[in-house]
Amino acid sequence: MSRAKLYIPRDAGALGLGSADVEEALIVELKQRGIDADFIHVGSRGLYWLEPMIEVATAEGRIAYGPVRVGDVKHLLDAGMLDGKPHRLRLGRPEELPFLKRQSRLTFARCGIIDRLSLDDYRAHGGWSGLEQALSLGPAATVERVTKSGLRGRGGAGFPTGIKWNTTRLAPGERKYVVCNADEGDSGTYADRMIMEGDPYTLIEGMAIAGVAVGATKGFIYIRSEYPHSIHVLTRAIARARKANILGVNILGSRRDFDLEIREGAGAYVCGEETAMLDSLEGKRGQVRAKPPLPAHSGLFAKPTVINNVISLASVPWILANGAEAYAAFGLGRSRGTMPIQLAGNVKYRGLFETGFGLTLAEIVDDIGGGTASGRPVRAVQVGGPLGAYFPRRLFTTPFDIEAFTAQGGLVGHGGVVVFDDTVDMAQMARFAMEFCAIESCGKCTPCRIGSVRGAETIDKIVRGERREANAALLAELCDTMKFGSLCALGGFVPYPVMSALTHFPEDFGLVAKAA
Amino acid sequence: MTEFEEWSVARGAAIIADAAKQDGACIPILHALQRGFGYVPQEAVPMVAEALNLTRAEVHGVVTFYHDFRREPPGRHVVKLCRAEACQSMGGVALHKHAQEKLRVGWGETTTDGRVTLEPVYCLGLCACAPSAMVDGKVYGGLDEAKLGKLIDQMRAA
Ligand SMILES: Cc1cc2nc3c(=O)[nH]c(=O)nc-3n(C[C@H](O)[C@H](O)[C@H](O)COP(=O)(O)O)c2cc1C
Ligand code: SF4
Repeated sequence: MSRAKLYIPRDAGALGLGSADVEEALIVELKQRGIDADFIHVGSRGLYWLEPMIEVATAEGRIAYGPVRVGDVKHLLDAGMLDGKPHRLRLGRPEELPFLKRQSRLTFARCGIIDRLSLDDYRAHGGWSGLEQALSLGPAATVERVTKSGLRGRGGAGFPTGIKWNTTRLAPGERKYVVCNADEGDSGTYADRMIMEGDPYTLIEGMAIAGVAVGATKGFIYIRSEYPHSIHVLTRAIARARKANILGVNILGSRRDFDLEIREGAGAYVCGEETAMLDSLEGKRGQVRAKPPLPAHSGLFAKPTVINNVISLASVPWILANGAEAYAAFGLGRSRGTMPIQLAGNVKYRGLFETGFGLTLAEIVDDIGGGTASGRPVRAVQVGGPLGAYFPRRLFTTPFDIEAFTAQGGLVGHGGVVVFDDTVDMAQMARFAMEFCAIESCGKCTPCRIGSVRGAETIDKIVRGERREANAALLAELCDTMKFGSLCALGGFVPYPVMSALTHFPEDFGLVAKAA
Repeated sequence: MTEFEEWSVARGAAIIADAAKQDGACIPILHALQRGFGYVPQEAVPMVAEALNLTRAEVHGVVTFYHDFRREPPGRHVVKLCRAEACQSMGGVALHKHAQEKLRVGWGETTTDGRVTLEPVYCLGLCACAPSAMVDGKVYGGLDEAKLGKLIDQMRAA
């Protein structure tokens, strides 16, 4: 018999659900049966309710089984898993699964499919063609292509990437930097993690393109310490890319230099804010800097610096390889291209769904997400991380688009969608938002540092029934002060989850009678 | 379980010298110290300051700013439970209460027998596999009281 070929997802998500133990069990069991097998380590395809999802190479292509537990391994092999035979866990060809079939995977095209550390596999799936394009186009034309694609920052603020790059490109200076923001602190988000652990070369390629575009020879990837698996995979990917002369001196024979270094965060949410990140990279407390100067003019070590989110950078190779128009053909209004929507929390089909902007929240939560995991009614959805508003069902007609969400007092942010069922206590969620702000405040602004503590106390008073109406008015006033008296979006946006909870769910604060 | 070294000035100096060569070395040094000793010993602070030409106050300011850096040795095992919204939506709060009662510790505390330190974490990026935890660097998703209880029992036994 020829060698069997199995694909094992090894991102933190699949590992957390036991993929390493399943692999171990498969190794032992196949050995006992005298079957030789290759185990290919891949990222996750992002269908987490089916993880660990194990794929086997068969005559009809890759066939997936999942969710596979250690106890299923013997039975699966007995049933003929290696030939793609039927079993209750057989999912068929993964690309035919509706959740995947309905997506437009551009940035995540390779994630979960290729051997995540194989340079050959990466190239065979279209890798490096974006970088080759950029090297032949040169800086100005590369920036122009990114600008034309309409790509806006995926880290939260939605700033046009091309415009940012152009400012850095034109800034005078011998030494410039590219910084990748891999702090991904928002609850409900894991797209950066999936790319770093499933297709690290895409990020490396995107950063090298950014380096070419702005004239930087050095890049830093600031990865949060909560992501040890990302650090592990990217460290190895960088070493291999260097060996293959994709990083280092005279990259790909272009007479341009570019190299990368990883820096580990230290558990501070605010270091995801770009200027706090720069201070942290310089070895200081991660406090937010006043702007100007813009990082594009004076950033890391006071040098011109372009700082972008992982997904912004990882989207660039596709744009360079396939053209700005092809990318801009996806999306809605001023939100062009695709967004990896991350369905999280209490939702049945939990996973990453990359699609053009424009689906409504109802389509995302009910149709794609399949409602709650608990089977109870959906009560609230928080989009855009801990600083994003809570949406009640009557706002589910809002399309997933940066402007449309802003108009509703919400935030698309990094694309996380956290679903809550009807057991949620929205007063406690509002309190948590304030508590989180108090824990994570960098301390520079009084409204953020002190206001958040007062905010949590005020919510406690409302819940206890102390002068409810007066304290609710006080809370609204406090939120207003935070909104306008904070230097960055931590203190400035926390009012969104708090006030949306208060406005849309007053019954949880005892402000109106609960419906029976 | 993670094995840490006993603090010694010589080992501390070696770790600091090794990590001090890079730009913006302070945080990489503190990480290296914590990897070695399990925490950032107070005696190391003036040594880091000297190596980087900073004041003690500056280094102290960095150590205390970041949630990761411990100033006391942890227990033999470190459990980080995710407190963020996605885990809350899947019953995280009740699960954490259960764990705290079982271990008889609060956030940031170590059990009296020195076996287990319980720490909060604000998101492990396992939001599609909630509730989640990290135990001695290993990740776990889809937890419930039984699964977390079993992990706790294992830690107490080893
Ligand atoms: C409190 C706070 C936390 C943030 N966290 C992140 C983060 O984890 N990842 C990220 O990419 N951007 C984060 N941002 C946004 C960054 O400041 C910045 O806009 C982004 O890195 C720019 O990259 P982009 O244009 O590619 O999105 C955060 C902002 C604030 C105010
Ligand atoms: S709003 Fe908060 S986190 Fe942001 S700069 Fe001010 S104090 Fe720091």
